[in-house]
Amino acid sequence: MNTELEELYQSVILDHSRRPRNKGEITDGAVHVHGDNPSCGDEIHLHVKFGADGGVEDVKFTGQGCAISQASASLMTMKVKGRSRQEAETMIRAFHDLVTIEVTDPPKLLGDLRLLQGVKKFPQRVKCAMLAWRALEQAIEAGDKESSVSTEGDVND
Amino acid sequence: MAGSKVRAILAIHMQTTTEVNWQAIRKDFPILHQEVHGTPLIYFDSAASSQKPRAVIDTLRHYYEHDNANVHRGLHVLSTRATEGYEAARAKLATYLNAASADEIIFTRGTTESINLVANTWGAKFLRAGDVILLTEMEHHSNLVPWQMLAERTGTVLRFVPALEDGTLALGALDSLLTREVKLFAFTHISNSLGTINPVTDLCAAARAVGAVSLVDAAQSAGHCPIDVQALGCDFLALSGHKMCGPTGIGALYGRAELLDAMPPWHGGGEMILSVNYERSTFKKAPGKFEAGTPNIADAIGLGAAVDYLEGIGRAAIFEHDTQLAAYAQGRLEELPGVRVLGPRERAGLVGFVMEAAHPHDLTTYADQYGLALRGGHHCNQPLMRKMGLPGTTRASFYFYNTKEEIDRMMEILDNAVRFFA
Repeated sequence: MNTELEELYQSVILDHSRRPRNKGEITDGAVHVHGDNPSCGDEIHLHVKFGADGGVEDVKFTGQGCAISQASASLMTMKVKGRSRQEAETMIRAFHDLVTIEVTDPPKLLGDLRLLQGVKKFPQRVKCAMLAWRALEQAIEAGDKESSVSTEGDVND
Repeated sequence: MAGSKVRAILAIHMQTTTEVNWQAIRKDFPILHQEVHGTPLIYFDSAASSQKPRAVIDTLRHYYEHDNANVHRGLHVLSTRATEGYEAARAKLATYLNAASADEIIFTRGTTESINLVANTWGAKFLRAGDVILLTEMEHHSNLVPWQMLAERTGTVLRFVPALEDGTLALGALDSLLTREVKLFAFTHISNSLGTINPVTDLCAAARAVGAVSLVDAAQSAGHCPIDVQALGCDFLALSGHKMCGPTGIGALYGRAELLDAMPPWHGGGEMILSVNYERSTFKKAPGKFEAGTPNIADAIGLGAAVDYLEGIGRAAIFEHDTQLAAYAQGRLEELPGVRVLGPRERAGLVGFVMEAAHPHDLTTYADQYGLALRGGHHCNQPLMRKMGLPGTTRASFYFYNTKEEIDRMMEILDNAVRFFA
């Protein structure tokens, strides 16, 4: 068996892609961000409910796409739920570093998300792993009820 | 006469089909003989870009080492050689397509630029608000987006011939769609995602019958089957060099002389002018009118070498070889659990499929780790994929340097992938 593939598609990742956690919508006062990778067709709808203090009270997603994009979204929702705004922002940066640069000791804060480190060896798949995170970043920044984000630069239409 | 000529070409090459030594031909392609991730490369992505034979690589090298200079103006020997090489390539392409004259061949950067040229010159001059451009639902973005942009500027309306479930066009709908308001009917010869071979001769005739101009997107066919523009009866035909063993950055537009003469230039600059004054200029006739600036001389000559190379093998033989591989691959793929092959049974040399267990991008990443180059995604067919309810497909596309053994190896890899992702 090919080791790079095994690192990329670890059993936990495949499990999350087959049975994503926190799949669904939050209709009650949540921020909704639509994120997509137009060139791949990966797509997610992220629903984030922020508490009065700005923390991530609840988070769910729907969407479709490759195993990496869906597993990353599923694992992310598990890890950011209940975090403060600052912690969530730290996680976004830490996860981006994890899949793009050499990180010898990834922060414990990321938990099982550290299993996605294998993506680094597949530069074309980084945007798949980052999709849910860009949506989360957008949700925190915009704070509006509806917005959209793409990992492939600004849409010029 | 043109029709009998195409049959004659076919007959000649059919006789030689059995004599082609495909294994020896593989040796003409240096790039194929390498390992990727520790296993021999299997290149099944020729529909995206074909590999180049030694003859083309050597031609480019020879040009830059011996003949390089600007064309049409220099009064020295290198310029003469460059000009002769460039114009000889045009003549080769004209013969290759059976154009009535080499003046009907315009060098462009490829299919996309060829179609944009028609949209921005013929389209801008002759289309009015309310006129209809008829396309099909299986067009590559290159034969859709330029027309959308033109429609936005001119108020022209786009109409589409539907693609049916089986991957063929709804030809029954043609009567109601191809009305007198249609001024242009533009369609692909071979679908790059489904492998459908469209009845282009009939489509061109149908366009002519209502007085519409026809444009054939030959990106997937020009290097894969015999094409005779006069027998087809098309007004325009666009092709890309890099998909037919030629260099990247070069392609061509065939246009019927009468149409080219009536079209205004597109880009302005040197090369395309007769006489320039401060206030206004006069322009050359086609093809010069459409080739402003220093052209892509080396790659045009390289494309000429590719044409020679393909003619040496014979396009009918190539077509037979590629379609046999695709038919074999389709049969084998349908044996795999959870795999569905898209497109009609009678297909060109490519197979698009979906695997229940794996998204196309996961599957192509997996295959790549075993040296197998497939294409995963929407193949520049986003509206078609959306219509079919698919996030994308995985595509294996074949050329004459591919073998049945490579397909067998692909099936082992895909069989393992089913288990890996299930």
